[in-house]
Amino acid sequence: MKRILLLLLLATATNFSLADTTTINQKHKAFVVNGQPSNGGQITVNVGDTVRFVNDDEFFHNVFSLSDAKLFDLGSFPKGDHRDVEFDTAGSVEVECALHPEMFITIIVE
Amino acid sequence: MAQGDTSPLVFEPGHASLTRFLLPNTAPYPDTNKLNAKRVELGKQLFFDPRLSLDGNMSCATCHNPSLGWSDALPTALGFRGQLLGRASPTVINTGFNSIQMWDGRKKTLEDQAMGPMMSNTEMNMDIPLLIDFLNTSQGYRSAFNNAYPGEKIDEATLAKAIASFERTIVSNTSAFDRWVQGDKDALSNSAITGFKVFMDPQKGNCAVCHSGANFTDNGFHNIGLPSFGKENPDLGRYLEKPVRILKGAFKTPTIRDVSLTAPYFHDGSAKTLMQVVNHYVQGGVVKTNLSPNLKPLVLTELEKQALVDFMKALTSPQKPVQLPILPL
Repeated sequence: MKRILLLLLLATATNFSLADTTTINQKHKAFVVNGQPSNGGQITVNVGDTVRFVNDDEFFHNVFSLSDAKLFDLGSFPKGDHRDVEFDTAGSVEVECALHPEMFITIIVE
Repeated sequence: MAQGDTSPLVFEPGHASLTRFLLPNTAPYPDTNKLNAKRVELGKQLFFDPRLSLDGNMSCATCHNPSLGWSDALPTALGFRGQLLGRASPTVINTGFNSIQMWDGRKKTLEDQAMGPMMSNTEMNMDIPLLIDFLNTSQGYRSAFNNAYPGEKIDEATLAKAIASFERTIVSNTSAFDRWVQGDKDALSNSAITGFKVFMDPQKGNCAVCHSGANFTDNGFHNIGLPSFGKENPDLGRYLEKPVRILKGAFKTPTIRDVSLTAPYFHDGSAKTLMQVVNHYVQGGVVKTNLSPNLKPLVLTELEKQALVDFMKALTSPQKPVQLPILPL
């Protein structure tokens, strides 16, 4: 029994250590990944990872997804603010800015 | 629109930083519908042909009338058998530069959009199989389609592609503002130049937060606090396509090129003049429920307000009469 508990604890700790955070900035009405404008592009994250959306524009953005794999509406947030989303289910998640639909990126959750 | 050139603007005629406002003579087109003269000519015939409607009395040009800024000068459109519709007819001018179509963005491309009014039972209400049959049995149209789209069937797809091709040629890019951008220092009045500065300044007009880029639209959706949103059962606009809270009552940012030809303004046609539009934004909207967070009350002098109007009028290109096509029988 102790051995099973130990294994469970180890597995949980391992999962925590694997979870990662990816940052997607919003700049000049584009989603920006690693400094590159990425409207229409896609990134891949692992189940359990977090994506941080950071608004670097002078005006508000409103990031959302209506995808089955992750439904969320982060609401409107101004320059300097950020919102985090944890992706807990594998699948393809289409993310947009409600105010600026040219801002569109697909997050593949593996 | 993601901004390609984000360097600071220099408000001097002909300055390189202003070239971001120049538009080409035709709008971009997809590989599946390359632009050529035969497609444009066919599309023009279809655009002006009232036989594309069930009663044979409405063409695309009924609501998108070139004599009225490719709109209809009505607050909201009149549809099938004169019924009053809920939204204004948007101008076709420069719509080919837009990345999304319709007030609520429910159509992505001009090809997607073109069949919409014909199929809508409140607009042209056309029996589409009947229309396709007519086009296939008209010798003139059969020949025109064959020349424009050789090897392709006459169907909804080619019909939409032809109309889209014509619409891509309806372009406004020779305004006084364009001439000033290209170096003609006498093209703009001092007031219009002041208006341009006020327009771009986030601490003044804050207009470019939405009316951005060369076509003066971000192709985005914003609830701008119009009085009509405060009425019972208001038009929810973009929310009907994308059920995200901020989009309740949000509509697409229209171009303001040729804006002096397209009154009345707003999706509900509630502003008769450009000064009324400016005053609406100075107030920061009337109905504050679900107001776009990018709207805020403005502090502008009367001279600055007039300057904004003068700038917007300077975005209107010289108008050339449109020659009506002869339609095939």
